[in-house]
Amino acid sequence: MGDVRLMKGNEVIAEAAIRCGCDGYFGYPITPQSEVMETLMARQPWEQTGMVVLQAESEVAAINMVYGGASCGKKIMTSSSSPGISLKQEGITYLAGAELPALVVNVVRAGPGLGTIQPAQSDYFQSVKGGGHGDYKLIVLAPASVQEMNDFVGLGFELAFKYRNPALILSDGAIGQMMEKVELSDYKPRWTDEEIQEISGSWATTGKKSDRERNISTSLDLDSARQEQFNHKLQAKYRAMEENEVRFEKINCDDAEYLFIAYGSSARISQKAVELGREKGIKIGLIRPITLFPYPTKAIQEMLGQVKGILSVEMSAGQMVEDVRLAVNGKVPVEHFGRYGGIIPTPEEVLEALEQKIIGK
Amino acid sequence: MTATTEINKIINEDNLVYKKTNLLLDNEMHYCPGCTHGVIHKVIAEVIDEMDIQNETIGVSPVGCSVLAYNYIDIDWQEAAHGRAPALATATSRLMPEKYVFTYQGDGDLASIGCAEIIHACNRGENIVVFFVNNAIYGMTGGQMAPTTLEGQVTATTPYGRNTALNGHTMKITEMIALLPGTRYVTRQSAETPAAVRKLKKAVRKAFENTTEKKGLSFIEIVGTCSSGWKLTPTQSNEWMKENMFPFYQLGTLKDE
Amino acid sequence: MAKFKGAIVVETEKCKGCSLCVVACPTGVIELARDVNAKGYHYAYMANPDACIGCSSCGLVCPDTVITVYRTKAS
Repeated sequence: MGDVRLMKGNEVIAEAAIRCGCDGYFGYPITPQSEVMETLMARQPWEQTGMVVLQAESEVAAINMVYGGASCGKKIMTSSSSPGISLKQEGITYLAGAELPALVVNVVRAGPGLGTIQPAQSDYFQSVKGGGHGDYKLIVLAPASVQEMNDFVGLGFELAFKYRNPALILSDGAIGQMMEKVELSDYKPRWTDEEIQEISGSWATTGKKSDRERNISTSLDLDSARQEQFNHKLQAKYRAMEENEVRFEKINCDDAEYLFIAYGSSARISQKAVELGREKGIKIGLIRPITLFPYPTKAIQEMLGQVKGILSVEMSAGQMVEDVRLAVNGKVPVEHFGRYGGIIPTPEEVLEALEQKIIGK
Repeated sequence: MTATTEINKIINEDNLVYKKTNLLLDNEMHYCPGCTHGVIHKVIAEVIDEMDIQNETIGVSPVGCSVLAYNYIDIDWQEAAHGRAPALATATSRLMPEKYVFTYQGDGDLASIGCAEIIHACNRGENIVVFFVNNAIYGMTGGQMAPTTLEGQVTATTPYGRNTALNGHTMKITEMIALLPGTRYVTRQSAETPAAVRKLKKAVRKAFENTTEKKGLSFIEIVGTCSSGWKLTPTQSNEWMKENMFPFYQLGTLKDE
Repeated sequence: MAKFKGAIVVETEKCKGCSLCVVACPTGVIELARDVNAKGYHYAYMANPDACIGCSSCGLVCPDTVITVYRTKAS
C-alpha cells in the first residue's frame, strides 16, 4: 500500500498534480473547485518539485497561460467549474488547434448561466461535442471516486502527450467536495530539459537551436488546402483515440436484462440502484463510461442481444442519452432519467424511473 | 572612370556598412508598403542577433496584422489568441526563467481585447518585454476604431470622426502601465526617421538587457503608421503621424528604474 | 566634398516602392524607378549615385529591409 489518506476530491487533484511531475498550474478561483489552487498554494510545490503555481486574473488568462506553458513542452494544467470552463473554451480550441497537450479539470456545477454551486453533469455536450469553435475533440475522463481523481491526473497527462491533444477531467461538485479514502500515486520527478527535448523537441518552443528550424506554436494556417489537410490529420488522431483509448466499467452485466448507463456521481447512485433492483429480482446491469470521448459505443452495442431496455442516468436534462441512442440505433428502448439544477437523484428514484419508463412500458 | 565602375568598386564586402540581419528570414513580408511593423521587426531581430540570444528567445505574436510575425524572425514563436499574448508570455517566462520572452502586440490586441492580460502581466512584474505597436487603428480587419484612435479621427467604424460622447475617449494605456509597480522601463518610441530607428534600437536593447538582469517588465510603445487604414501614402502617413499622433502620444521615456 | 563615398544595392523584387528611403536620404540619391518589378511596384534605385555617402539612413527606415549599404573613404 502506498500513501493512503482521507481527502477531498479537489485536494487530491492538487496532490496528484504535484506527484505526477506537473510543471505548472494556472487557475482562477470558482466554487466548487477552489480547493485545488488553495491546496497547491498551501503545499508550495515550487519549493519541492519546482512546479509553478499562479493565480491568474481570469479564467481566460489562465487557459492562455496553459497554452504558453504547454507550448514549452511542459506538463501544464488548469481547473475550474462550469461558468469558468465556458470562459476557457476559446483557449481550449486553440490548444486543440495547435496540438498542445494539457490537462483541464471541470468540477461541474449546475447551469445555465451562474446556475448554482451544487453538482451537476450538464456540461457533457460542451465537453465531448467541442465546447469551442471548429472540429476538435478532447480526451474526456469521468472520475466516479476520489481515487479516480488521483489516477486520472497522471492518466490525463499521459494521454494528452501521447496524442498531443488537450485532455479534460469531467468531474462534478459532489466528487470534488466529497472526502474519501485515496491511495496517492508515488512521486514522479518533473521532466528534465533533456527529456523535454526528447519527447517534444520537434515542436516545443524552448528556444531555437542552430541544428533545427524554428518551432512555432500556432493554430493558424491561412491556406485552405493545408488547413483541410490539417483537419484530416486531427480527425485521424480522434479515430485512433476511438480505436485505442476507450475505457469503461461493466457492473453486473453478465445476466443483465436491463441496463443503466451512467458516469461519475450518477454511476455511484446507479450502482446502488442496481443492487436495489436485484433485491427485487430485476436483472439490472450498469455500464459506466470512464472515457466520454472516446465513448464506449461498442461496449453498449455488445449488450444489445441480451437487454430489453436501457436507462441513461445523468444529472442533466438529457445529454449523454443522445450518444447512447446513437450506439443503440433504435434496437431497444432508450430513456433518460435525470435530476438537475444541483439535485443528486436517489437510488430509489433511479430504480423507479427504470421501472416506469422501461420495464412498465 | 565611369560611374558604374566606381559604384562596382564601392560595392564589395570590405565596404559593407548595412545589411539585413541573418535573423530576419527571407520570407517576403505581407505588410503593406511603408508599414512600420517591418522596421520594428528588423530592429528586434538585429538586437537579438547582436546579443546572441537567438536560442534563448521566445516571441509571442498577437492577432492583428502582425499575427504572422513568426514568419519573419528566426526564433521560436507562440501565436496567441487575440489579446492573450501576455498570458502566454507569463507562463513561458515563469517556466523557463532563463529565457528571453517578448510579446508583440498591436493597439487592438493590447489596449482593447487584451486590456486585462497586459495590465495584470505588468502589475505582476513578469520578466518579459512587451512591444506595443500603436497606429491608432485596426489594420487587419480593415481600418476600424481602436482604443487609441484620436478624437475626430475617421475610421471605418467612426466614419464621421471619433466622437468621445459616442465612442469614448482616446486611451493612453502606456501612461496607465507606467503607474504599475511591476513595470521597470516604460518608453514611447517611433521609427519614421533614421534617428528614431536608432533610438528605438537602443530602447529594445535596454529592454532585453533588463530581462537578463531580471528587472521585471519592460514596455516599449512604438507609435507607427497605417497608410492603408489612414488612406494616405506612406510618406503622407509619417507627416500625419508627426502632426497628429506625436502631440497626443508624446515620445520619450516615462519610467526607467 | 563629402568625406565618404557610398552605394546601395536594392533587392528590387522585394521593394514595395513605399518611398520612405527617398525621404530619408539626406543627399537625394534615391528615387522610384519608372519601371516596375514583378509585383508592379516602382522600386527604389540610385538616381544620383554620385551623391551617396553610405550613411545607411535608407536601410534603417526600409520596412522590408531590401537595401544593403556600402561605404568607403572618398578618394
